[in-house]
Order: sequence, then structure tokens, then C-alpha cells
Amino acid sequence: MIPLQYYLLLAAALFCIGLFTALARRNAVAVLMGIELMLNAVNINLIAFWRYVKPSAAVWDLTGQIFALFVITLAAAEAAIGLALIIAIYRSRDTVNIEDVDLMKW
Amino acid sequence: MTTEQALTFVAFFIFAGITLFGGILVATMRNVMHAALCMMMCFFGVAGIYIVLEAGFIAAVQVLVYIGAIAVLILFAIMLTRGLMSKTLAPANSQWIAGGAIALLLFIALAFVALGTNWPVSPIQITGDMIPKIGVELMTTYVLPFEIASLLLLAALIGAIVIARE
Repeated sequence: MIPLQYYLLLAAALFCIGLFTALARRNAVAVLMGIELMLNAVNINLIAFWRYVKPSAAVWDLTGQIFALFVITLAAAEAAIGLALIIAIYRSRDTVNIEDVDLMKW
Repeated sequence: MTTEQALTFVAFFIFAGITLFGGILVATMRNVMHAALCMMMCFFGVAGIYIVLEAGFIAAVQVLVYIGAIAVLILFAIMLTRGLMSKTLAPANSQWIAGGAIALLLFIALAFVALGTNWPVSPIQITGDMIPKIGVELMTTYVLPFEIASLLLLAALIGAIVIARE
């Protein structure tokens, strides 16, 4: 069986790629894509721990999988709201470059 | 090592490679449209990882929701907003060096934790059909979060329409 650490390293790498995308891209949609990558990395961790670490004496339960389902639901809601915000910003300011959208910067 | 185990390893490395390659392309592609398509490839790799972990239902949900809904939504958003993104503009903003350093440091820290911790590994034995169990769990133990999630989706739907309306 594949060691748990392989999955954890894969998820850590994917999370850091997503973090870099969210921090370093100029396009607001690309920033949102980075956040989606990070959520995927978290889901890999949840499923890997569900598969490898037994929480209780019960034969097996599905807590990890159900958590992953809720994370996917939240990601869908987050993507819809985030993209609506980006389209609203584009309508009012004609740009999706996050460096031009600094109205709330102190 | 039996043949089945070896095949599992091969499948894991193929899907992990697809995932990481897609992710790196998302971070580095100049054209946002291409980055979004690479993100779909990355999501597909993650679905494969779920299959390797024997979580078939989550893999199906991953393909349906992430590739089918979220990625398509992102493609629509790119097509609605691209006009003014000039192709000569660098894809990275001015803080990309600091961002890269933070991401690299975080990866090193996470790798230390992942490799250094003695995880209490006791792989579960999957018996019987899993999908009916997920349905029963969602309707009994997790019925309150389930209903709240539906409320959240409704709120997000209405909110997105209100925000994006002209």
C-alpha cells in the first residue's frame, strides 16, 4: 500500500502551487484558480486521512468523505461569488488586474 | 510486492504527475485561458488520486462539480473579462518573488511535518457498498450540515446574481 506520506507531500505541493498562484498572478480570475487548487489539496488530505487513519473502534465510517463533499460544496459557492465580484469589478473599472483594484488599500 | 500493488503505485505516480504538472502550468501560463484549461487537467488528476484512494463517489463528484461546473464557470468569467488583459503584460505581479518564497517555505515546513510525524496508520477495510452509506450518513448524522449547505448554496446563488447584475 502507498505510504500516507506520499499523499501528504502531494497535497502540500499542490497547496503551495495554489498559494503561489493566488499570491503572484496579476489576473483576478487566476487568483481565484489558485484558491481552487488549494481547496483541492485540502480535499486530497481529507480523503487520504479517511483512508489511512481509523478514528474509532467502528468498523469504518465516512466522516472524511463527507467533509470532502462539504468542502466541494463550499468551493462551488465561493467560485460563484468570487467570479460575480470579478465581473462586477470589470464592469465598473474595466480591468481584472488586481494591481489596479486598490481602492481599499490604506 | 504483488502486481496489484505495483499497479497502484504506477497509477498514483501518473495521477500525481498530472496533478502537479497541471498545477505548475496554472501558476506559470501566460494566457489565462490556457491556465484554466490546465486547471481542468489538474482537477482530473486529483479525481484519479481519489480513485487510487478508493473514494469513487468523491472522484465522480470531483469530475461533475469541479470540472463540469467550477472550471466551466471560470472559463465563462475569463471570456467575459478578457478584452483589456493585454498579452504583453507579464502574468506575475510585483510581489511574485516574495510570494514564491512564502510558498516554498510553507512547502518545506509541511514536508517536515508530513515526514517527521509518526502517523497512527491503520488502513480501513472497505466492506460492502459505499454510496448508499454516504446517502444514509448525509440524511442521519450529518443532516443539519447538509441542510445548511443547501441554504448556503441558495444564498450564494442569489448573491452572485445580485452582485453580477448590471
